[in-house]
Amino acid sequence: MKQRKLKWVTLVFALGAIMMLGACKKKPAPPPPPPPPPPAAPTASLTANPNTIDKGQSTTLTWETTNATDTSIDTVGAVQPSGSQSISPAQSTTYTLTAKGPGGTQTATARVTVNAPPPPPPQANATEEELFSQNVKDVYFDYDKSDIRPDQQTSLQADLQFFSQHPSVNFSVEGHCDERGSTEYNLALGDSRANAVRNALVQGGVTADHVKTISYGKEKPFCSESNEACWQQNRRGHFVYGK
Amino acid sequence: MRGNVGPFISRKKLHTALIFALCVVIPVGAQDWIRTGTGLGVEKIRLAVPDFNPSAQDPKNTELLKAFNETLWNDLENAGIFDMVSKSFYPLGPVGTPADVKFEGWSAPPPNAAMLAFGNLGASGNGMTVQGWLYDVKNVTSPQVLGKQYQDAATNDAARLTAHKFADEIIFRLGGGIQGIAETKVYFVSSRSGHKEIWAMDYDGANQHQITHLASISLSPRVSPDGSRIAFSSLNKGAWEILMYSLELNRLVTFPRFGGTNLSPSWSPDGTKLALSSSRSGDPELYIADSSGTNLKRITSFKGPDVSPVFNRKTGTQIAWVSGRTGLPEIYTAEADGTNVQQITNQGYAVSPTWSPNGQFLVFSWMRHYGPGAPGAQDIYIMDIASKQWVQLTHDGGRNDFPCWSPDGRHIIFQSSRSGSEQIWTMLADGTGQKQLTSAGKNTQPNWSWK
Repeated sequence: MKQRKLKWVTLVFALGAIMMLGACKKKPAPPPPPPPPPPAAPTASLTANPNTIDKGQSTTLTWETTNATDTSIDTVGAVQPSGSQSISPAQSTTYTLTAKGPGGTQTATARVTVNAPPPPPPQANATEEELFSQNVKDVYFDYDKSDIRPDQQTSLQADLQFFSQHPSVNFSVEGHCDERGSTEYNLALGDSRANAVRNALVQGGVTADHVKTISYGKEKPFCSESNEACWQQNRRGHFVYGK
Repeated sequence: MRGNVGPFISRKKLHTALIFALCVVIPVGAQDWIRTGTGLGVEKIRLAVPDFNPSAQDPKNTELLKAFNETLWNDLENAGIFDMVSKSFYPLGPVGTPADVKFEGWSAPPPNAAMLAFGNLGASGNGMTVQGWLYDVKNVTSPQVLGKQYQDAATNDAARLTAHKFADEIIFRLGGGIQGIAETKVYFVSSRSGHKEIWAMDYDGANQHQITHLASISLSPRVSPDGSRIAFSSLNKGAWEILMYSLELNRLVTFPRFGGTNLSPSWSPDGTKLALSSSRSGDPELYIADSSGTNLKRITSFKGPDVSPVFNRKTGTQIAWVSGRTGLPEIYTAEADGTNVQQITNQGYAVSPTWSPNGQFLVFSWMRHYGPGAPGAQDIYIMDIASKQWVQLTHDGGRNDFPCWSPDGRHIIFQSSRSGSEQIWTMLADGTGQKQLTSAGKNTQPNWSWK
């Protein structure tokens, strides 16, 4: 054991010596002569506040440069090294500040977004369509059934109230089915569902000529997973405005 | 480690016991099975089909022979009446002409063939000549059953068609005089263009091509008995209407709009009438019209969906259809005037009936144990109308629907979701030999041509 330890110590010592010898060989390089100081590079910054305006409003451009002999903003022209200016662009514009000096050129940009004027007030039709989609509720069905469930009466009454307030609106009722069963049978079932909704509405006072029906069977599902929650989503009479 | 060996063995024993139990159960259940079609019950003929030989030196021969040999082999194997002798048993050396046939080598084991189909193919210029023979190799003195020569263009399509023709000749001679199906077509619905359109293919899945370009939803194609027209249902100008496509003019031809939702047209076997479902009265009912769409007559009047009517393709005087009049859809039959209504299924969810060519069986799709807690498998069944005995043909999971019989009665084509998406499959009419034919997009509602 002792001999082995001795061997180790010798080895470590020898290695250390080699490394030190190696280190001693390296001579420090002389420092390079200091270069002449370059002319200071210009700096530039440009901001627009606010950076989003409506058409016709104005915004303030604020800029700052250093070490520049020549300062300009495109579309505005030559400007003071620092300053601010109110502008009123007609459309969204990107302003570029260019600062030139002996040390080079620096640019900075700021974008002003101009929003288009608000759309004209909605037409009466669109309002009716919006009201339609807010108030008219789809009617849901049980599996393989086309009779209207008692729990769907609330939806149906809400629909009837809307149609009594908007007696001239044209719409269609789409009959939809879940993915189970045959294509052909589901199209016939969807037809029965659409007609069940239509018949209930007509009994409730809706003019028959204003209601179209179409069956989609399982061709245009609302939900494509294979579980009961999804299937229930797909078993419905769906209202579509203006068809 | 040792502790696990015990349970492992006992599990293995359990498996063995289960397999044994199944073996015992299957024959008991199989007592109900009906064999359908002609020749399915008889012993299969051992048929050897060595690859056809090139008869001339032409660079096209290799590709043409590949198409021809593959098609011929598949047709004969698909026919369901042959025991195809494995090619590894064949004697060495090419067999291109009668002089090449060494009878002993074919009729003795291991090939032990009863029949030998062989021949040669040669292209020259744009033409192609095929010579084919069928030999009874155990009858050395007068072996020839069939000798045929075909000439066609030197294209792969023509090579396939020639193989279909030669296969049909062999099947006709050896299969009890029933026309083969190698030249038949299948019409179906495919979504692969982005819309559900009507497509066509050869019976073996080759040559798939689009027929309609309506960019709407087109469903339920049914080809006329003479193969000249396809009636189908399509969402057209905001309503489901029956449309008629001429395969001779390659365009839609005039057909009246009935109003309401019009679905599932099907032809009478003489091609003069169409049965269909229409909700023009407010409820989906069955109607029969002339094939031009005139003379529309209503034949059912029961609340609830009535849909998918099909004429008995043997008699033309009877229809089967699907009705939801008692709740879940079940299959019914009646005379074509709507009298003598019979309920055929009375449990589960049964849809999509079609008749066998001999008019004795219905094939349809059935969720036999529909209900809470029941496995929702939808499988293909056939039923003998006289005895109401039924047989389940598919047992492989997925939703299996829209079965249709081949004109020779030996095959059934259907759609299945077992591979993960709805695709078209074929099988022999006893449920064996199931094969997938389509794979691009979703492919549904196959309809086999009448001849």
